[in-house]
Amino acid sequence: MLSVQNINVYYGKIHAVKDVSFEVNDGEIVTLIGANGAGKSTVLKTVSGLLHSTTGSITFENKELLRVAAHKIVPMGLAHVPEGRRIFQAMTVEENLEMGAYVTKPSLVAEHLENVYERFPRLKERKKQIAGTLSGGEQQMLAMGRGLMSDPKLLMLDEPSMGLAPILVEQIFDIIKELRDHGTTILLVEQNARMALKIADRGYVLETGKIVLSGTGAELLNSPAVKKAYLGG
Amino acid sequence: MSFLSHLINGISLGSIYAIIALGYTMVYGIAKMLNFAHGDVIMVGAYVCFFALNAFGLPPVVSILLAMLVCTVLGIIIERLAYKPLRAAPSLAVLITAIGVSYFLQNGALILWSASPKVFPTIFEGTIRLFDGQLTIGLTTLITIAACIVIMVGLTLFTGKTKMGKAMRACSEDKDAAILMGINVNRTISVTFAIGSGLAAIAGVLLCSAYPLLQPTTGSMPGIKAFTAAVFGGIGSIPGAFLGGILLGIIEIFAKAYISTELSDAIVFLVLILVLLIKPAGLLGKKTVVKV
Repeated sequence: MLSVQNINVYYGKIHAVKDVSFEVNDGEIVTLIGANGAGKSTVLKTVSGLLHSTTGSITFENKELLRVAAHKIVPMGLAHVPEGRRIFQAMTVEENLEMGAYVTKPSLVAEHLENVYERFPRLKERKKQIAGTLSGGEQQMLAMGRGLMSDPKLLMLDEPSMGLAPILVEQIFDIIKELRDHGTTILLVEQNARMALKIADRGYVLETGKIVLSGTGAELLNSPAVKKAYLGG
Repeated sequence: MSFLSHLINGISLGSIYAIIALGYTMVYGIAKMLNFAHGDVIMVGAYVCFFALNAFGLPPVVSILLAMLVCTVLGIIIERLAYKPLRAAPSLAVLITAIGVSYFLQNGALILWSASPKVFPTIFEGTIRLFDGQLTIGLTTLITIAACIVIMVGLTLFTGKTKMGKAMRACSEDKDAAILMGINVNRTISVTFAIGSGLAAIAGVLLCSAYPLLQPTTGSMPGIKAFTAAVFGGIGSIPGAFLGGILLGIIEIFAKAYISTELSDAIVFLVLILVLLIKPAGLLGKKTVVKV
């Protein structure tokens, strides 16, 4: 579904992503794990067009994304829930969700909204509330719900567990699994490597901008190198 | 009775400032830049209306619509040519460019239409007398206030209810997140400039109907005062621009009537400085923490 080949991304003179290649197949949860600053978010931003690779190619369903304007990527079926949630704080919950369906055919918006409300009943209860007043967990749900409003084929999640209490983290990961089971392909970036690898079909380990290891979720969970570096021994 | 008359005149002048300030504040909200050429777009709008009325003998409504059309296109062109290439540039570069565009428009007007002032024709003739003729209100005054209210309500509905309006709010809050929704940020910025410049044309016609001397510098002082009004009310806030504009107009007229005509502008700015000392974000502005 998504194929990233040899991308290189620079922030000024800093070489943030070095020759990164990976694949996401239909129906998988694929995770990119790595320490803070390893380049995980940069990779996602490059896929969604916010940043640009100087080399290589990114194809999504056999269409090249590298030279496509960022706002034209969402309609292709690829949604990106950014790090730190980035919800529109001053808008209501429902307005945020409407923005998520900005490129969706108007006749389908009501149906998508109903689906999101079904998955996140909390959002329905609070639909008229200003998004900035939601709790952290609710904001994460809103960010994910907003990403789902375009009914994407591939959902990219950047650190969905960041700053959440353990019980909420469990909940978020359960939802990610459910989404996969309902046919949405997931590319998940996480610092919480253990949780991510447990639900992932496959994973890649990023270190200072390079992919150093890859394998199935179980393989990586049991790999001594991953255990030592990311799972606390 | 003279107090009431001054108050109405103040609200009317304030309405003009408010319409101009709306253009400043919307562009600031979305493009995070101060478009100092905005005042000069007002002047261009007034000239277009003037020539449409005087040289071509078009009816007033058509002339005003023509002025709006020209200014809307002008706004979009200015944004494309002068500001869009600087989207990633430091804000100081954009500010200096805006000042450059302002002088460009003023000098362009000087070449095209000469420095000699033109007398703007009366579009809205008539007065209304109240309280046995003790209070006279010009029709221009009333139309100015009504226009401002209609524009304010229209913009509130536009940003609150329409898809484009909501996209504008999304862009003004977080551009990257808006892009991730599939919103075309460049187009949204163009639309904002178009609306602001169209409003500037209306402000130009109203301004010259109230103060009928039209010359290439006509827009600069009202432009600066409207910018002040936008800051006064809280830059980036639409209700703030409205409130700031109205208050500034009232303060200016009262200062002229009761204190000193010569000092009225100084008094206006003194009030602004005092307000900003107490409320640095303006009356309705949000406190924003800028991350460095």
